[in-house]
Amino acid sequence: MDTSEDILQQASPGLIPGSGTARAAKPTRLSPSFISWLQAGPMMLVFLAFFLIPLVFVVIVSFWDYNEYQLLPAFSGRGYTDTFEGCIAQLPELCTIGKTYLMTLKLCFMVWAITLFIGFWVAYFLAFHVKSKTWQMGLSLLCTIPFWTSNVIRMIAWIPLLGRNGLVNSGLVKTGLINHPLEWLLFSEFSVVLALVHLFTFFMVVPIFNSMVRIDKSLIEAAYDAGATGFQTLVNVVIPLAKPGIVIGSIFVITIVMGDFITIGVMGGQQIAAAGKIIETRVNALQFPAAAANAVILLAITFLIITMMSRIVDIKKEL
Amino acid sequence: MTETTGTKGVSRRTLLKGTASLAGLAAGSGAITGFPYVKSADAKVLRYLGTAVNEGDDISKQCLKDTGIKIEYITATTDDVTKRVMTQPNSFDVLDTEYFSLKKLVPSGNILALDAKKIKEFDNITPVFTKGETPGGKKIGGQGTAPWKVLYLEGKDSKKFATSATEFVTLIPTVYNADTLGIRPDLIKRPISTWAELLNPEFKGKASILNIPSIGIMDAAMVVEATGKYKYADKGNMTKEEIDLTMKVMTEAKKAGQFRAFWKDFNESVNLMASGETVIQSMWSPAVTKVRSMGIPCTFQPLKEGYRSWASGFCVSKGVSGPKLEWAYEFVNWFLSGYAGAYLNRQGYYSAVLSTAKAHMEPYEWAYWMEGKPAEKDIKAPDGSLLEKAGAVRDGGSYEDRMGGVACWNAVMDENDYMVRKWNEFIAA
Repeated sequence: MDTSEDILQQASPGLIPGSGTARAAKPTRLSPSFISWLQAGPMMLVFLAFFLIPLVFVVIVSFWDYNEYQLLPAFSGRGYTDTFEGCIAQLPELCTIGKTYLMTLKLCFMVWAITLFIGFWVAYFLAFHVKSKTWQMGLSLLCTIPFWTSNVIRMIAWIPLLGRNGLVNSGLVKTGLINHPLEWLLFSEFSVVLALVHLFTFFMVVPIFNSMVRIDKSLIEAAYDAGATGFQTLVNVVIPLAKPGIVIGSIFVITIVMGDFITIGVMGGQQIAAAGKIIETRVNALQFPAAAANAVILLAITFLIITMMSRIVDIKKEL
Repeated sequence: MTETTGTKGVSRRTLLKGTASLAGLAAGSGAITGFPYVKSADAKVLRYLGTAVNEGDDISKQCLKDTGIKIEYITATTDDVTKRVMTQPNSFDVLDTEYFSLKKLVPSGNILALDAKKIKEFDNITPVFTKGETPGGKKIGGQGTAPWKVLYLEGKDSKKFATSATEFVTLIPTVYNADTLGIRPDLIKRPISTWAELLNPEFKGKASILNIPSIGIMDAAMVVEATGKYKYADKGNMTKEEIDLTMKVMTEAKKAGQFRAFWKDFNESVNLMASGETVIQSMWSPAVTKVRSMGIPCTFQPLKEGYRSWASGFCVSKGVSGPKLEWAYEFVNWFLSGYAGAYLNRQGYYSAVLSTAKAHMEPYEWAYWMEGKPAEKDIKAPDGSLLEKAGAVRDGGSYEDRMGGVACWNAVMDENDYMVRKWNEFIAA
């Protein structure tokens, strides 16, 4: 969140040698700070118009009142109080929002752990075992295959595979491993996690791969020469150096899964609670302030998770 | 993260914050208004917002041929249609929507009632809408948002529904149907005759309902009444206690694993049924036909407690006036003149003006779809594909029997906000 000048300096120290003295020595040239404003400008404007302003609206609307058919622009905490309804009264039982977030976090954690595991090894393979650049490119493109079809088609396609009379079940019944089709293969937490992992592993692979290819191969050779085992090299050399990629990938996956309602909805048979789904239900009922309040809560919780993660690794420093 | 910005006067971050709130204020105060749209001078074009039910390509082509009006479809789900009327009333001309959303649309002032005197066939519209009875005189159940309760407004710009007929019509009816449970007779292997079967543990993990809270809860209410647990004064307008009671029944069923999945989309419902994931679920008539045309047995099962019905109709956006309003009348009049009605009837829906639709259908088609008689010849869909072989009889029988058996109508409750909260609680349970 610093100026781009700071980031530039950290990224390649010496690129802007002592900006203070530069300014004093050549007063007629554009100041470096002006240049960096210029560089950051276009992105900043896009960010402002399409992210920050809408976000401010969401926060404002979340404090409005509403009726069946319109927003009432008067201050009201109803969106929030309704959301946390029963959270104290029902103790020790969890209230709706508590249960919903517990489920969302649970799904989020499972998807994160699995995509991290798979993504790490795919990236490892691409970075260290595939020698040619062309093959590296080609194989990474293969990871995008899940995105070649639309969401709806992808969802419908799971039924013939995981359904009661699907390929997996009929295969298992035929081999005699089970007598009755497994019900939990589809419309369950299992199928939600499976579909999310299938989709989002790609977001783990790319940043981790990106970090790994930049690891100086001589470091690994040095570790090997110093007598480190493969495992020791992995834990002490590769993982620490791939950390920025891991954190960036994790941020991608966690933010997407926290807000997802389409995949969780369709794969969970619309019966699994998710933070995004609450917002969807509210919006569909035209209760925009309540939806906005839920969006603000979701944003705050996601932001909290990301802040904790960037505490573990200072991404700026590592880039 | 911000340790280096402390010494500078204005960091980009604070600037971003400042301008954002300024812009927010500007927009919030109404300084930024909608963009004007460019109107084409020569062609007669109407933007038609609605769900996919009425929006056939054949209908728009025929309309262009007959009237010279070009229809541009804007297709959305029921919820999104309502959302669009509320938030972007200038983005459409003609609206095709369900009667139950009128409770939200009319007070918003974003739609314009049509003048009954300008609708040629208005007096021929089926008494289902105007009197709440079938042409044969059978009284129709009026729980929920029954169309005749919200058909008329007190005045042109009134926001109050009139109790008796006026010339200001909220929605000119176009299409409606009586919905019930679809079942797979080959997998259930016994007769089904009551809504109570939806939550029968025998079908654990094989049942489904619609994922629209206001409609899903009515299906559940049909079950509650069928089991004799409780009798509602109005299933379409429950009290908080009634919502609690109904949701409790639903939650118990959900926890016991009764529901396989909730569906929202026509194709989802077809898929669930055709694949055998579900064997009993609330469904739409054409979806049942679609499953059957795949060669899979599926019945739109009439039940003794009756049908849950729905109806849609036309109105125009408040922004429509002048020649455009005339085209809108011309279009609505054309829609009721028979071609579109026959098209809808052939899909298993019902048209609002029966006489004109009948004139556009073959006698054997009319006999099968409307009179509940065995098909004399193969029954074909509007696109020519085979729906039923000769000899088949429509599930539920004739128009009189099906519409006469309606128990309640899709609705928005007064306690809608409470119900939505309870629905989220139900999903999280």
